[in-house]
Amino acid sequence: MTMQPASTEITSRTAAIVQELKDLEGPLLPILHGIQEEFGHVPHDALPVIADGLNLSRAEVHGVVTFYHDFRAKPAGRHVLKLCQAEACQSMGSDAVAAKIKQLLGIGFHETTRDGSVTLEPVYCLGLCACSPSAMLDGEVIGRLDDEKIEEIVAEVRS
Amino acid sequence: MIPRIYIPGDSGALALGAEKVAKTIAKELAERGIEAKIVRNGSRGAYFLEPMVEVATANGRVAYGPVKPSDVKSLFDSGFLTGSPHKRWLGAPDKIPFLAKQTRLTFARCGINDPLSLDAYKALGGLKGLQNAVAMAPLDIVKQVTESGLRGRGGAGFPTGIKWKTVLDTAGERKYIVCNADEGDSATFADRMIMEGDPFVLIEGMTIAGIATGATKGFVYIRSEYPHAVATMNRAVEVARKAGVLGVSVLGSPNGFDMEIRVGAGAYVCGEETSLLNSLEGKRGVVRAKPPLPAIQGLFGKPTVINNVISLASVPIIMDKGAAFYKDYGMGRSRGTIPIQIAGNVKHGGLFEAAFGMTLGEIVDDIGGGTATGRPVKAVQVGGPLGAYFPRALFDTPFDYEAFAAKDGLIGHAGITVFDDTADMLKQARFAMEFCAIESCGKCTPCRIGSTRGVETIDRLAAGIEPEKNLALVADLCNTMKFGSLCALGGFTPYPVMSSITHFPEDFKPAPARVAAE
Repeated sequence: MTMQPASTEITSRTAAIVQELKDLEGPLLPILHGIQEEFGHVPHDALPVIADGLNLSRAEVHGVVTFYHDFRAKPAGRHVLKLCQAEACQSMGSDAVAAKIKQLLGIGFHETTRDGSVTLEPVYCLGLCACSPSAMLDGEVIGRLDDEKIEEIVAEVRS
Repeated sequence: MIPRIYIPGDSGALALGAEKVAKTIAKELAERGIEAKIVRNGSRGAYFLEPMVEVATANGRVAYGPVKPSDVKSLFDSGFLTGSPHKRWLGAPDKIPFLAKQTRLTFARCGINDPLSLDAYKALGGLKGLQNAVAMAPLDIVKQVTESGLRGRGGAGFPTGIKWKTVLDTAGERKYIVCNADEGDSATFADRMIMEGDPFVLIEGMTIAGIATGATKGFVYIRSEYPHAVATMNRAVEVARKAGVLGVSVLGSPNGFDMEIRVGAGAYVCGEETSLLNSLEGKRGVVRAKPPLPAIQGLFGKPTVINNVISLASVPIIMDKGAAFYKDYGMGRSRGTIPIQIAGNVKHGGLFEAAFGMTLGEIVDDIGGGTATGRPVKAVQVGGPLGAYFPRALFDTPFDYEAFAAKDGLIGHAGITVFDDTADMLKQARFAMEFCAIESCGKCTPCRIGSTRGVETIDRLAAGIEPEKNLALVADLCNTMKFGSLCALGGFTPYPVMSSITHFPEDFKPAPARVAAE
């Protein structure tokens, strides 16, 4: 399991990110991306530090964090598998692909396997619509998913 | 001459295994002791042929594709470095029918060279538009763009020149150029392709927009689902700064312009221009009411040009070859070319840039070659998740903003998703409502709540509960969403729903009642 850093550590690392980026025009999204890259999620303890650094209320920061699908409140699994569920992929059987992967991993969308190996998420378009159905595994793009590729993916996230 | 091998680094090609092909080729070169240069180009957009490997020969480029790692050994054995025949041989890339039939203006350079080589960009006509622009008065640039007839390629089709004129005429001590690269519509990948395959054309177009309107700062807001485009654009901005294309003195002129790349965070609605501006400002991506127009009070309340990637990337050629040259292509009030993205269940999927005016049937059947599964085409969705589903009966509709509007559809960002006859249009209509519910920013009640009620009502239809009543309810709900939502998410979700009901009524009829068991 991913070790959760202690809250003082979160505070200091967050403060450093805020300090580095706060002079950008509209710094909040770059800061949140920076924090998620640092911790793998946006820890609750980071919010007051951001609010303080940008002279916002905690509620405002909370509102922004929760608006965007990308920002996680909890750490993800070691791998993150995103399956495109948008129309172009639907036309090539993305429903069946998702069903098969869910069954093989034993989890649904927005869930993480109990061993913490993989988090499964839907995504609405990866811009690979002429290579459907598509997926993204830890930032790597995969097109024309078929049984063979599905099995490769499952083997990789389990290893 | 050292042989040059071109292997695309475009996401679409990578998704089809281009990286493995590149590694296998590099390994094979080393094992055979052959000296060659591997260039990672963008994609030309013929995705059914990707990964498409090209070699530069004495007689020009020769393409091979789709290349699998297992083909590499035999490619070398048959002498592909000199363009020799092989089962994957495609000949000269610009003679491949899918590419030869296109009119490439915006995508003229995409996929040919290393996207980060400014020299290669200039060798193929790059920066000529900007060179002309720096010698012109802002108003003359705006006039030229207006006269070209260029309209917003993001989907709204608003004349680009008129938008620029408003920003030019609005006083402000600081103005912005914002590029909307939040390409979230399914079936679209033109923005991604150009950012990964020819990033300088976007930088050039934005810089021209800056000079034309008096804006000195640009932002490209790219969706987080496009990590490769983000990386390429960031590197291209660095290169452009070093070369003096960006900075305090653009190409040595008194004009200053610089830009930043920003990354979205997975919200579809941020493709809507006012929510994008809120997101850039670090707020929730909630839609703003218009007026005030972004051109008058946009980013941080300052006059702002907000244009789609393709609109901005089409500007350099207009400034290079003139308004008349560009305007000469097209039909009616749709001037110039449009990169049509043929996607989904289609044999020849990819990007096809053509003058406006081709019919939907020509695009799907002749260019796309019908479905990938070989089954009959049942429906095509044009314009992404907010676009209408068209049946074969409407395949004579020409690709033109007004012609599509007349058929209760939209061309949007020009993505086309093809579905074969196994598609269930009730399911597609339900998905449109479901997607709207997931992605609604929550500001307008008809969108926020109507979409959820829409899913429930369509579920009742599917279950055969009071079909006539529920069908009427869906139509009424769509009407409320259409007229009661500020932006296109709630306002256009009715397009896929109502077009499914109108053109495919058989899919909404209750399933034959089961014979009751005795």
